[in-house]
Amino acid sequence: MTRIPRTRLLALQALVAVAALLVWHVGATVPIGGTYLLPKFFFSTPLDVIARVWKMFATGMIWKHLGITLTETILAFVIGSVAGIVFGFWFARKPLVAAVCDPYLKMANALPRVVLAPIFMLWLGLGIWSKVALGVTLVFFIVFFNVYQGVREVSPTVLANARMLGMNDRQLFRYVYWPSALSWMFSSLHTSVGFALVGAVVGEYLGSAAGLGYLIHQAEGVFDVTGVFAGMAVLAAFVLVIDWLVTIVERRLLVWRPQPAIV
Amino acid sequence: MVTLRVIDTKRDLVRAPAVALDGVAISYGGDGTPVYEAVAPVRLEVGENEFLAIVGPTGCGKSTLLNAAAGLIRPAAGTVSVFGQPLAGINGKAGYLFQQDALMPWKTARDNVAVALEVAGRPRAEALEKANALLARVGLASFGDRYPHQLSGGQRKRVGLAQVLIRNPKILLMDEPFGPLDAQTRHIMGTLLLDLWAQDRKAVMFVTHDLEEAIALADRVVIMSAGPRARIIGDHRIDLPRPRDVAEIRMEPRFHALHRVIWNELREEVMKAYGALG
Ligand SMILES: Nc1ncnc2c1ncn2[C@@H]1O[C@H](COP(=O)(O)OP(=O)(O)OP(=O)(O)O)[C@@H](O)[C@H]1O
Ligand SMILES: [Mg+2]
Repeated sequence: MTRIPRTRLLALQALVAVAALLVWHVGATVPIGGTYLLPKFFFSTPLDVIARVWKMFATGMIWKHLGITLTETILAFVIGSVAGIVFGFWFARKPLVAAVCDPYLKMANALPRVVLAPIFMLWLGLGIWSKVALGVTLVFFIVFFNVYQGVREVSPTVLANARMLGMNDRQLFRYVYWPSALSWMFSSLHTSVGFALVGAVVGEYLGSAAGLGYLIHQAEGVFDVTGVFAGMAVLAAFVLVIDWLVTIVERRLLVWRPQPAIV
Repeated sequence: MVTLRVIDTKRDLVRAPAVALDGVAISYGGDGTPVYEAVAPVRLEVGENEFLAIVGPTGCGKSTLLNAAAGLIRPAAGTVSVFGQPLAGINGKAGYLFQQDALMPWKTARDNVAVALEVAGRPRAEALEKANALLARVGLASFGDRYPHQLSGGQRKRVGLAQVLIRNPKILLMDEPFGPLDAQTRHIMGTLLLDLWAQDRKAVMFVTHDLEEAIALADRVVIMSAGPRARIIGDHRIDLPRPRDVAEIRMEPRFHALHRVIWNELREEVMKAYGALG
């Protein structure tokens, strides 16, 4: 495939958005044969949604909710990652521990995490910590499995070479296992950050007094479709910004990685 | 005069070979998997200042033998001694240039070389300075900032060589170090290696399947038979004068004579190895 020029690509991408919005707008405001294809009550209209988003930022009410969701996301990511790294290393270096705990880990990971949300609320209240806990249960397993893999999959030749260079156990950890595990963890950075956010938003949705999930849930409760779509639009933009930041961090951290071949 | 000579003789007697494999046999597998007896009991000694080349058909156990000398695998039988001491664990006196890629992919070429000194507790500034000097020595002065994946196979080998040399080991184990290089660069690297070696004449165990290269570089060439239970079936002293020019020595009549004799022994084993494949 040849590379598409950047400006042309952007123009085409914008065209898709414009077309979708146009269909939505026409369906919601122009009656065809007496009926609306997309009745306002169920689908709102693009202009209303844009106006609502504008209002959210103009009044400044959205910042508090964004701040809460962001805090929960960061806390879930950090706590889940640290726990995943510690346990990943521990299990990879102690095969007995890994073998004994394996079925329980699989079980815990197979559990749909949403069912834990009410329990966390019971234990930790309706504040941010029940949402953080939900995010942690998601992030932990991704980081854990990646770090575990990263430690186990160190090239035997690189390891043998490091030992021949006179490295002791501590130095092997620092120069070989640790970078290998981190590289695996970073390669799943998008997924783990994404899941931290999912944990936060789902937790808020199921019961809270603040955050983007709460906003969307509130709007749904009163059949305020415009509010739901406005919340979703803000959430989507928020995710894009975070994803973009992660990409920047990733580029910095994985400079030593071969770039995937250009197709 | 007389006393001096007596002391000299004594020292020669006491002085043990750099590496001595005594009845060393190596097997793979066991614990449920089928046992493969790769190397039958072999006896092999490498003198303190000797450049030994090991040739043999593919899969005969050359890397296996080097791994035993490096202390990376335990022989099933026999003992490995390093300067007269039985080897337990890693051979700390040896530097090992592996057949496969062994550089840390997350470190630049310079850091890969420097880290070998840093782990020995030397200051980073000194390690970096020495690393730069060695990279220049192997012709990679301007490649220090590259990561391994940004280097060609041959360049990676040369970084590996610098990494091994920076610790100044008494024994060099080299497993097809010039494998991925073109003939021209092989000659250049061979000459470079001989230059470096001439400075302090380390003990070298040099594995190659290129017989010409073995003869051009080494003091002694040993031939391994095809596996399983590979043995050493030939041991030839290479009496070509030093210093040698790796490219030009191939024109010498003595080189041809040696090549003919050793190739005759090797050919049969190479055929056997291919027969086993087919
Ligand atoms: N980990 C292993 N488990 C089982 N068999 C092995 C293992 N490593 C090597 N072998 C076998 O031992 C034999 C010798 O292998 P080795 O790598 O020493 O060969 P080699 O002489 O270095 O070959 P080449 O010239 O291709 O590098 C081969 O038949 C190989 O299949
Ligand atoms: Mg080999």
